[in-house]
Amino acid sequence: MEKKRMTLKQKNAWYGVLFATPLMIGMVLLFILPMIQSFRYSLSSLDMVEGGFDVTYKGFSNYTSLFTTNPDFPRTLTESVVNLVVNVPLIIIFSLFAAVLLNQKFKGRSFARAVFFLPVIIASSAIANLDISSFVGGGAIGSGSGDDSGGVMQSIELSKMMLDSGLSPGIVNYLTGAVDRIYEIISSSGVQILIFLAGLQSISPSLYEASKIEGATGYESFWKITFPMMTPLILTNMVYSITDTVNSNSINLLISETAFKVFDFGLSAAMSWVFFLCVGLVLALSVGLISRKVFYYD
Amino acid sequence: MKSPTDYAIVFVRKHRPVDKTKRWLWLLIRTIMILGFCFVILFPLFQRVSVAFRSKADIYDPTVLWIPRHITLDNFRIAIESSHYVTALLNTIYVSASTTVIQMASCALAAYAFARLRFKGSGILFALVIFTIVVPPQTIMIPLYLTYRYFDLFGVVHLVTGKRGLNLIDTFWPFIISAGTAMGLKNGLYIYIFRQFFRGIPKEVEEAALVDGAGVFRTFFRIMLPNAVPAIVTVLLFSFVWQWNDSYYVSLFLKQVKVLSTSLMDMGIGLKEPDPIYTSMLLNTGVLLTIAPLVIMYLFVQRYFVESVERTGITG
Repeated sequence: MEKKRMTLKQKNAWYGVLFATPLMIGMVLLFILPMIQSFRYSLSSLDMVEGGFDVTYKGFSNYTSLFTTNPDFPRTLTESVVNLVVNVPLIIIFSLFAAVLLNQKFKGRSFARAVFFLPVIIASSAIANLDISSFVGGGAIGSGSGDDSGGVMQSIELSKMMLDSGLSPGIVNYLTGAVDRIYEIISSSGVQILIFLAGLQSISPSLYEASKIEGATGYESFWKITFPMMTPLILTNMVYSITDTVNSNSINLLISETAFKVFDFGLSAAMSWVFFLCVGLVLALSVGLISRKVFYYD
Repeated sequence: MKSPTDYAIVFVRKHRPVDKTKRWLWLLIRTIMILGFCFVILFPLFQRVSVAFRSKADIYDPTVLWIPRHITLDNFRIAIESSHYVTALLNTIYVSASTTVIQMASCALAAYAFARLRFKGSGILFALVIFTIVVPPQTIMIPLYLTYRYFDLFGVVHLVTGKRGLNLIDTFWPFIISAGTAMGLKNGLYIYIFRQFFRGIPKEVEEAALVDGAGVFRTFFRIMLPNAVPAIVTVLLFSFVWQWNDSYYVSLFLKQVKVLSTSLMDMGIGLKEPDPIYTSMLLNTGVLLTIAPLVIMYLFVQRYFVESVERTGITG
């Protein structure tokens, strides 16, 4: 009677379990349990007692008080979500544009690339953005006012021109606001540019050659080849941008302060859950909208 | 005898003025745009550097634009003293380096399991990994804090000592544990990158290794990892930089122990400087000191970095 030997597949599966063990432990201990706990805390009030804390169940009163009695939360929440909805499309448009630019051959390309990814290194933290705008001496280039460090370009003339040409004020404000926030947008699109660049490298040149022979202009070949090939990455980048902008938001401060300055853990947990639901909604909507248009080239 | 039109036609055929104009225009516009973007990125940095060398007298001097009139190193001296720069720097290097290495190991292992060693439920587990990227860190902030405040591995500590668990706040253990279990900063993204890359390596290579008698571990270390250098470089850089700049988890787990990002936050309060503009000038110097090691590192590795990201297969 010989022992039944495992097939290769089974063996590999067990190795897979072994390889993923640390991840599984972490998943349970540092993600799933905290998620459950956090939801539980959001339905209760925590009191610090000797050697620990007590949880008393309160039902949904934390959530209701957020929207009825809390002075800051609704405002901050709308601010954050609006910020998200406004900035993410701009970041994606800009990073696609920049990636297409950086993908072309020109002198000093490697220098330009190095500069474009510098913000990934520098500005990925809240502190690095400690503005030095309170300087009297600095920033007075081109604008003459020097009241903002990044916005060297003031778009007053631009908005005038666009308004005169009969665009609606809403669109004009959106665009000029984008110009004024150009530094913010550039500095938060480093990783996205990288992803797009990697994608552009993987488009086979034969497609472009064929379209050129057929007589397509550069403009056409961008919209008919580059853009469709980039759609899966637009999806990836959108998810990344949304999660990334979430991490640098005014609401974070409110949530942290509620927890560690006011020591109202329950309320803070409730806040974070509401915020998470909002972000999840935005994510689901945008992914649902875009994934219908995504084109997969196989 | 040719007419002038014929000459014109020949000229157009030979030189193609329209195409040339188009090309040159595009070149010009492209150059202007790239230079403009580079300017927007570099300008604040240059400004910070310029401001860092100014003395107090230069603040209110409107004629000082770029080159300070009285170049001093006082700002650096004060900033280094008030932010306990050396200890903070050492702590930051310690945390960043250790988490980077550990994270890379745990993420690569898990990603290999997802890419090649499928088991029952690995699909669900991977979906959960993606889910961790999406969930804002604030959502699990408090339970995470309490987990490390009263750290207890499934109730083992409570059984042995009878206490409510170990207090790991103000030690580096939270970072090490998070990194070791692939749950650190943005680890979901790293797992995703590695998985994409491993999937791109042809299966035949592994099969050949198997036929030659290499086990799973040997295949992984001798074949997969050496092939995954681009992915490794990308993940190393990202995780090091993000851990270095992170102020969120650091301020959550370290209350007394100073790292660069937290010491910067407290620096403004600790200065006791009556002049707010001078304070912001010192803060600016502190920011420079914080990012300087990163920028120096980046100068050396940026070439590898850009090249390897392009070949990471992040595009899937």
